[in-house]
Amino acid sequence: MSKKFFVLMSILLVAAMVFTGCSKPADAPEVATPDAPTDEPAPEPTGEKILRANNASEPGSLDPALAQGTHESWVLDHSFEGLMKLDQEGHVASGMAEDYKISDDFLTYTFTLRDGIKWSNGDPVTAEDFEFAWKRAIDPELAADYAFQIADYVKGGNAYLSGEGSLDDVAIKALDDKTLEVTLEAPTAYFLELTAFYTYYPVNKNVVEANPDWAKSADTHVSNGPFYLTEWEHDASLKMRKNDNYYDADKVHLDGIDLTIIDDENTTWQAYEGGEYDLLLPIPQAVVAKMKDEGNPELVLGGEVGTYYFNLNNDVKPFNNAKVRKGLSYALDKATITDKIAQGGQMPAEGVVPFGMFDEDGKEYRDKVGNLIPYDLDLAKNLFEEGLAEEGMTIDDFNSKGFVLLYNTQESHKKIAQAAQEMWRTNLGIEIGLENVDFQVKLDREKAGDYDISRAGWIGDYMDPMTFIDLWYSKSSFNDANYNNPKYDELVLKAKSTADQKVRFEAMREAENILMDEMPIVPVYFYTQPYAQKPYVTGVYKPLVNYPRLTYADINK
Amino acid sequence: MKKYLLKRLAMSIITIWAVITITFFLMHAVPGNPFAKEGKMPKVVYDNLQKKYGLDKPLREQYVIYLKNVLKGDFGDSMKSRVETVNDMIERGFPVSARIGAQALLIAIVFGPALGALAALYQNKFPDYFSMVLAILGISVPSFIMGTIFIQFIAKNVSWIPIGGWGTWRHTLLPSLALAMMPLAHMARLMRSSMLEVLGQDYIKTAQSKGITKSAVILKHAVRNAILPVVSILGTTISNLLVGSFVIEKIFGIPGLGSFFTKSISNRDYTLIMGTTIFYAIILVALLFTVDLAYMFIDPRIKLTQEGR
Amino acid sequence: MENKIKLNPSMFEKATLEDRNAEKIKRPSIKYWPDVWRRLKQNKLAMVGLTLIVIMSVMSIVGTHINEFDYKEQNYGLINQPPDSVHWFGTDELGRDLFTRVWLGTRYSLIIGVLAAAIDFVIGVVYGGLSGMASRRVDSIMMRIAEVIYSIPYLLIVILLSVVFSQQGSGTSMFVLILAMTLTDWVPMAILVRGQVLQLKESEYSLASESLGGTRGWILKKHIIPNTLGPILVNVTLTIPRAIFAEATLGFLGLGLQPPSPSLGNLSNDGLAVMPVGIFYQIFIPALFISLIMFSFNVLGDGLRDALDPRLRK
Repeated sequence: MSKKFFVLMSILLVAAMVFTGCSKPADAPEVATPDAPTDEPAPEPTGEKILRANNASEPGSLDPALAQGTHESWVLDHSFEGLMKLDQEGHVASGMAEDYKISDDFLTYTFTLRDGIKWSNGDPVTAEDFEFAWKRAIDPELAADYAFQIADYVKGGNAYLSGEGSLDDVAIKALDDKTLEVTLEAPTAYFLELTAFYTYYPVNKNVVEANPDWAKSADTHVSNGPFYLTEWEHDASLKMRKNDNYYDADKVHLDGIDLTIIDDENTTWQAYEGGEYDLLLPIPQAVVAKMKDEGNPELVLGGEVGTYYFNLNNDVKPFNNAKVRKGLSYALDKATITDKIAQGGQMPAEGVVPFGMFDEDGKEYRDKVGNLIPYDLDLAKNLFEEGLAEEGMTIDDFNSKGFVLLYNTQESHKKIAQAAQEMWRTNLGIEIGLENVDFQVKLDREKAGDYDISRAGWIGDYMDPMTFIDLWYSKSSFNDANYNNPKYDELVLKAKSTADQKVRFEAMREAENILMDEMPIVPVYFYTQPYAQKPYVTGVYKPLVNYPRLTYADINK
Repeated sequence: MKKYLLKRLAMSIITIWAVITITFFLMHAVPGNPFAKEGKMPKVVYDNLQKKYGLDKPLREQYVIYLKNVLKGDFGDSMKSRVETVNDMIERGFPVSARIGAQALLIAIVFGPALGALAALYQNKFPDYFSMVLAILGISVPSFIMGTIFIQFIAKNVSWIPIGGWGTWRHTLLPSLALAMMPLAHMARLMRSSMLEVLGQDYIKTAQSKGITKSAVILKHAVRNAILPVVSILGTTISNLLVGSFVIEKIFGIPGLGSFFTKSISNRDYTLIMGTTIFYAIILVALLFTVDLAYMFIDPRIKLTQEGR
Repeated sequence: MENKIKLNPSMFEKATLEDRNAEKIKRPSIKYWPDVWRRLKQNKLAMVGLTLIVIMSVMSIVGTHINEFDYKEQNYGLINQPPDSVHWFGTDELGRDLFTRVWLGTRYSLIIGVLAAAIDFVIGVVYGGLSGMASRRVDSIMMRIAEVIYSIPYLLIVILLSVVFSQQGSGTSMFVLILAMTLTDWVPMAILVRGQVLQLKESEYSLASESLGGTRGWILKKHIIPNTLGPILVNVTLTIPRAIFAEATLGFLGLGLQPPSPSLGNLSNDGLAVMPVGIFYQIFIPALFISLIMFSFNVLGDGLRDALDPRLRK
């Protein structure tokens, strides 16, 4: 072989070695790469009860103050605990706080912590930790996404967050080691439940002050929940082990939870079928449909409080016309969308507030409101054409505008968008184009009002209809439809300013009726959160506003 | 020679600078904002975030600051992760992508040209058909289908091959193989056509008529000359393997650079987009450089020095 | 000694008209392209490919009108129906007829592939040829420019273009896709051509032509391009699948053609979604079509290469 050819091959080989060498010597294939765990994802030996599941994407942070969504909160919900927590029945129950008192004006809450509660490093959990954590979460310097979740409610919170007020005026105060006093801006019927939300989780003051990077690695991560973090391989896996310091540790049967981090639903589903997971969500739509058809007992259609809807840009003609908007809404066959397309046990939307919320009598909120969105093609067509005529337009004019339905890139949204497009075409005779963009772009364009129709969804932050009603308050930052009705605003403010449940709910019901009479948006369905769990897994429950809770799960193999 | 190398080096730096500049301004021209949120975001928090990442300054100033930081080797903080810097992520993601890519490349280099040469030597006979069917399969089935098929039919049935994720060498098997199919096929085809061409050349006939053994003719003359076009695509093949692995990485749930790159784009994570792009650009430029050198080594007719003209 | 030959008329014969044709070439003279075609016809595999391409092209125009279904017409009563006598390729997740959609998808994929390859070909050959023929300095500058262009991430360009053009409300249209693909993808072709040119330009016949006063353009046109056609053609046949793949990959990432318009990439991507529940025809049919198109272009390209190469003439 020629010398030069030899040289070339050597270069290539060396190049290959260099690349391979970056990860691990090629001659030691049995050894795992340094950035990966050595143990196999194969079934664990008996003895230890480890529940295996998947966290669909890498957490952006495991600091409760900086968490933004389910990919962080699922881990946080198992490693931390707030003053209150949601129990198996979905009720607010005592968490770190043993007891609480509410002042007569419903503004001041005094929490008393349990005895003997400890951090995973053995430190006692104190009221100062809570005060520190909450104030830290609304520190404008920290720039936490969810800071509003505290700042909107606690007196002085928004002033401090906006840089106008001082920290001393924020009404969060540890009276002693065991007592925390909070004063609110306005009566808030669901404040207790808010304290179960992750932004309200405590952090260990000493640990955080000593090491600002404490939450970046499993070695320095300290938490107070049923589990604590033992391993975090970025984009690969997260491991939690039972926290023996947890006050309810006796009832925690699992020795740990192992999460992989893989975002492809099909891949994780195959792995679940192959026995590599004990519990899995999300699962591919087609799989949910099939399991549902077969009555597969491994499928759990977990409840969720969320509404899937289309924004109509109320500033764009003819979507400024309520009749046009109602026509579009009534022409959508929502039952077909849930049964044939979404197929995950979702319910056709009857308004904007989903099922599962309780009213002043402790009954289902929707019972007194009823279905506010009929599916009526004649009515839809009449309304639509009337509305168009009022705007001086014909169907042809409408079609010539080339209106587009904007949705963020995702399979399920694509299917529903195509179905809506086709339903509007056949039922109203209108042509609407589709456009998919990245989520960040969709948000940007919605905020800028640069769209005609856009897909949106809202998952409730807490169990009160206000989490939905509030969205179309004229100044709400989520009012992308640009809906503006003074009467509606008045009702929202009325409901927010009182602790009288009857007045609150009357106001919210009236508001929802007004909203659905003007239809600034087109509600499509109420979400569910399907997940799969193996038959030997028990004790998993799903709070409506959270992912399945594994705290009291057990594996009976 | 030295002069040439120095010149090439200068050119490479200019190339990388151009990529930085173009990407930087393109990226900021694309709509979307890394901090757009569905929920409420008080203006103060938003402003603080902008300040934190220096997005409040005029674009040109941001550009100068960014260039300075890059010169120091600092790609900045990711705008989506509060845990890792862009440097951390590249450091973590590149070895993963490189390992999959290198294994795929090895498979392709070993089998591609060999199959192609075999096909040419036995033109219109069984080895030809066999390797071309393989090559056609390799380029006919998109990698995302190939990957899914591998999962469906191999990983699900072979217990010791994991379905996805990252951890042991077993996790790298299927992704490397799926990734290798395309370049393997490409190389096999190129090799076959250039080999056929070379085999028709006079010097082959001369060599044969001089009584040199067939294997010597093939190895010494035919393969060496026929491999040129294959070498010329090596640079782009390697970079495609590295960059193009994002689909494979997505399917198999592999935390490589490709998956960071696609995610960073849809998240508009500016710093991560810049970091991964520049990193890719550096690798690509280095590879093209190497390929040019390799070309010079195997084909003495190409003169790379100034004096050659 | 003067021994002269004496000539007399009897020594001569009158030439007949027939003899005048004796020097003529009996076989008809074959021009270059008919000759290529003649040799191509002898290659059975290539002819199979060509036939398939013709059938596919025709069917991609006609096939959408064969049955009564429209590509976007949904039927929620007939979701995920396997192929039967009504829906020959079955229906998809929205109850749409796959036969119609697959042929329409074939049409779009073919258009994307062929147009992208054609553009790549033209730009790549011109650019690579010029670069290879130019002076070292120019060559070097041109190659650097190509490198820079090639180093800009493809995805970024596609996203940018789709966003810029979506202002017209069309989303990611075919035009945007092709533009995005060709904007960077001509570079490998240019590099290949340049490499070939560099090699050939040192060859004896180029030198001969140069010494006979041939200009650069002349040499490029008469010697270099014809001689590089083989490898270039092979590359073109690979560019078509690459463009079709690129579209499919973009579809996989959600950046392909805007629904309800199908392309083979979109269709196989949709098929992937139902594969976990054991429905295979939805992925199998589009994947088969993609493979057939690839196969056809590949064998045709190979056949063409053999037919074009003067050195393989027998």
